[in-house]
Amino acid sequence: MLQYLFRFLVGGTIVSLFSCLGDALKPKSFAGLFGAAPSVALATLGLTLLADGKVYAALEARSMVVGAACLFMYSALFTWLTLRKKVDAAPATIGSLVVWLGVALGTWALFLR
Amino acid sequence: MNASFNIGALAKTKWYEYLVRFAFGGAITVIAGTLAKHFGPVLGGLFLAFPAIFPASATLVAKHETEKKQKAGIATSSRGRQAAALDAAGAALGSVGLAGFALTVWKLLPRYNSAFVFLAATAVWPALAILSWRIWKKHLCR
Repeated sequence: MLQYLFRFLVGGTIVSLFSCLGDALKPKSFAGLFGAAPSVALATLGLTLLADGKVYAALEARSMVVGAACLFMYSALFTWLTLRKKVDAAPATIGSLVVWLGVALGTWALFLR
Repeated sequence: MNASFNIGALAKTKWYEYLVRFAFGGAITVIAGTLAKHFGPVLGGLFLAFPAIFPASATLVAKHETEKKQKAGIATSSRGRQAAALDAAGAALGSVGLAGFALTVWKLLPRYNSAFVFLAATAVWPALAILSWRIWKKHLCR
């Protein structure tokens, strides 16, 4: 339980720091770079390394490459939906999130498992 | 337009919006760890690149931009969408850096000192992200 609380606090803090950096930067497209900051990875991989070792953490990082490709698709889809299809930001994030999950889990089931 | 830093912009974000981001970030870190524990590092690792900040920040960007225009007497929702779309375009470019971060950890961690690998990966992320942004700005964003 204590480990989960620790993960929550570390993850929340790192994600908040990166998002504050994004808030303070201009132009919007540059600030957006911080939407893909390795915030969760920095929080998780460090703790994983301590608990499970290097090989385990490296395996997580291998899958993260696929996750990052899915994030690229997610962001590109969101841009297309909001700019071209005039979908509002909130439904566009949810729709794109479904695609992220579908592609990531599909890739895992077909190629990584 | 060159990148600039304005600390005053942080005051525009309300306390509960910071709280939402903190909760999102904390929750996805716990979820990633739990998934890795139950289903192994291969599935858990995917969630290290989960769009944790993006949904909250994109909706906030759209909301703030719309409010700004409304205060100026401009009744339009398209500016909010455009601002969120630009934020997302940045996130797409940032994900190139994120892939570089992951690739660095994957390839170097089993062979080299952990602290060195994390430092190198943390340097690769902004280097690749900013390089992608500059190329996009110069050649593709017209």
